[in-house]
Amino acid sequence: MNASRSIIFSLVAVGILVCLPLIGVAAGMTSFFGVIIPYLAVALFFIGVVARVVRWARSPVPFRIPTTCGQQKSLPWIQSDNLENPSDTKGVVLRMILEVLLFRSLFRNARMEFYEGPKIRYASAKWLWLGAIVFHYSFLVVLLRHLRFFSTPINPLVHLLEGVDGFLEVGVPRLYLSGLLLLAGVAFLFLRRVTIPQLKYISLPSDYFPLFLIFTIASTGVLMRYIYKVDVVSVKELTMGLATFHPVTPEGIGSLFYIHLFLVSVLFAYFPFSKLVHMAGVFLSPTRNLANTNRMVRHINPWNYPVKVHTYEEYEDEFREKMIEAGLPVEKKE
Amino acid sequence: MAKVPKADELAKVNHRPPQTPWTETPVEFRPGTFCYGAKPKNLEVVGLPNPRDWNPTDEDWKLPDDWKDITIKGMKDRLDKFRTFKLFMDICVRCGACADKCHFFIGSGDPKNMPVLRAELIRSIYRKYFTGSGKILSKYAGARALTEQVIKEWFYYFYQCSECRRCSVFCPYGIDTAEVTIMARELLNELGCTIDWTAGPVANCYMTGNHLGIQPHAFKDMIEFFVDEIEEVTGVRVEPTFNRKGAEVLFITPSGDVFADPGTYTLMGYMMLFHEIGLDYTWSTYASEGGNFGFFTSHEVMKRLNAKMYAEAKRLGVKWILGGECGHMWRVVNQYMDTMNGPADFLEVPKSPITGTVFENAKSTKMVHIAEFTADLIRHGKLKLDPSRNDNKIVTFHDSCNPARGMGLFEEPRYVLKHVCNHFHEMPEGTIREKTFCCGAGSGLNTDEYMEMRMRGGLPRANAVRYVHEKHGVNMLTTICAIDRAVFPALMDYWVPGVDVTGLHELVANALVMKGEKKRTTDLRYEPLPGMEDEEDDDV
Repeated sequence: MNASRSIIFSLVAVGILVCLPLIGVAAGMTSFFGVIIPYLAVALFFIGVVARVVRWARSPVPFRIPTTCGQQKSLPWIQSDNLENPSDTKGVVLRMILEVLLFRSLFRNARMEFYEGPKIRYASAKWLWLGAIVFHYSFLVVLLRHLRFFSTPINPLVHLLEGVDGFLEVGVPRLYLSGLLLLAGVAFLFLRRVTIPQLKYISLPSDYFPLFLIFTIASTGVLMRYIYKVDVVSVKELTMGLATFHPVTPEGIGSLFYIHLFLVSVLFAYFPFSKLVHMAGVFLSPTRNLANTNRMVRHINPWNYPVKVHTYEEYEDEFREKMIEAGLPVEKKE
Repeated sequence: MAKVPKADELAKVNHRPPQTPWTETPVEFRPGTFCYGAKPKNLEVVGLPNPRDWNPTDEDWKLPDDWKDITIKGMKDRLDKFRTFKLFMDICVRCGACADKCHFFIGSGDPKNMPVLRAELIRSIYRKYFTGSGKILSKYAGARALTEQVIKEWFYYFYQCSECRRCSVFCPYGIDTAEVTIMARELLNELGCTIDWTAGPVANCYMTGNHLGIQPHAFKDMIEFFVDEIEEVTGVRVEPTFNRKGAEVLFITPSGDVFADPGTYTLMGYMMLFHEIGLDYTWSTYASEGGNFGFFTSHEVMKRLNAKMYAEAKRLGVKWILGGECGHMWRVVNQYMDTMNGPADFLEVPKSPITGTVFENAKSTKMVHIAEFTADLIRHGKLKLDPSRNDNKIVTFHDSCNPARGMGLFEEPRYVLKHVCNHFHEMPEGTIREKTFCCGAGSGLNTDEYMEMRMRGGLPRANAVRYVHEKHGVNMLTTICAIDRAVFPALMDYWVPGVDVTGLHELVANALVMKGEKKRTTDLRYEPLPGMEDEEDDDV
């Protein structure tokens, strides 16, 4: 499928998803969109992610195959690189922390530049890393800020986070940077997908869809907060109802809120069945989460099975005469 | 055999993808860019499926009738047996970080050589048959049906991946295309769609013990030929032994070094070194291959070939195994051997009889890399070295993919190198160590009918060599891999004329001052040593 069709397909999908709660709420289906769908989505999310991880974990790791990106531990006087080529659990944990929290491997990225001659150069290319960091961390902050809707009294850490996020102290209500950064991050990820020809070529609808979905979620959130303000007190009543399992659907919450909530629900439900599970998968990646101790500690393959080999005896039987003639030692003389 | 285009023609690489989506761009078997299909006799020797006469350019590939079931079932088996495969099918986000990291993409511009798209070739099939969304949404979920065309595409592109793992260094989730390629090749093997350049060596290795099919008496003859050569150059007669029980060490190296220049000089280097330090070692004609083209065939064939190492070590009653300079051999030894064919509890933890160093890092596998062994010798001052004998060589070092990214063997060879030559220059950062580039012919692709692709795939490596060639006058490319030594001469001639290729232990042997040696006037290649140009003439 070409890029424009993938994009249109994803846009239409998100468009339909926006219309559903719009129509539904107008038709009075507030508890369906305000209660049933969110519960279903969260349940799907947790069950789905757990099922996915269990599914991965059920397949064994027959061989220990870390990608070694630094000096191995060998002779005592050679400095080994325990971070890029871990030789113990501590090294593995640190490597994983760097990978998961700071996107270490992405930070290595370089861009190939091909000139006449040919001359090839590798230029620094940290934009993808930066975009990814901005996107993921602003998303995290936005998510954590939303805890204020699910707890009373509000956790002081959430207040602290809001203080930091709104440090610019502009606007009423105060402008949160994370919302804008999230939008910017998504926009960046989308733009590079459509402007880099190779990337455009490999992109699937399932690459555009989550971007559009998240962009719409963030936009509706921003709109609700700054422009078309919804009744926050009623919203909190609803979300607290969800959190305490005493769901209520107060009157008079704008449909914008239901769109936002529905799209978030879709994102939750979609998560385990899409590429978004990379969040869980990265922890299980055998090229990263194993120590390079192959020659020190034997790794066990649970399905290791005996194989047919050409034994020495068979070999000698075949070549005995020639071996004797060449003066090579043999087991049997005749 | 296809003629390889001229370098300036090949250098015009278009990296822009075509207009047609990749799913609608059929594969074209252009001579020079694919390897010949496996001959039936080579598959029969090891009992691999569907032996038949065929060639990739044939319309009809003579697949088994139930090829589709075989493939889907084969995928299921492997998804259940390898977490890597299952995970790597699920978690790619197509961020594209890997795209321009592949040497075959850089040199060919073919978008299906971007690691991400290479993996999508099989991921799209996975989605269709193993995921709900793929079954329902089909192409809208990035899924497609398995057809014979897909098998042909797999064959073309999974034999345009050298399993070098460079992309896995850059992937934020550590997705390793080598792993995907290994699975795809296993699936192709089940249909009999493998290449003869791996099937032949596999058959040879299985029967005779080495890829080249050298029989025991001939193996001994060939090694002894080099004994004479060494005596000619140094005046010292080394005395290798074969299949000797009770030796302390079993030495195993790729048979390529027994067979062809410049690997043969490295082989001479090993023997000179072992003689000089008085190592109690033996060759084996049965385990006469370090390399393992089974690794490029399937996990099972890898295990079947690798089994000889431990079996022979046990039969001969050696204490431990020393391994020569080889790339993929060391990935197999370091990451697979002990798991597959161990435990090697009949061996002892390797201990250098010369320095007393115990190789704790090999205490389970009981196999030591010769660069580790030699570095330790030098560190303890056990070798008398005259690096000025290599002064006419301005050297750079190529990290072979497998010891680099499947082991982390970076400092040992450099330490040795710096002690045996005076002029050493690194290639640019970003092209060495864990970011090193493939020679363009790894994973069993070092065949002549594949020459255009080899030149394309080797371009990034050659480009970095050319940089130090122009900047520092580098004229010698050092490697610790037998495939490198076999393929780099052609690559250098093509892209960087004036750069020669050597193994690490050839340089060691040149610099090694041996007890009782005659006045050395030439190196192992009979080239005059620096300052000896005139003496050489006198001798003649």
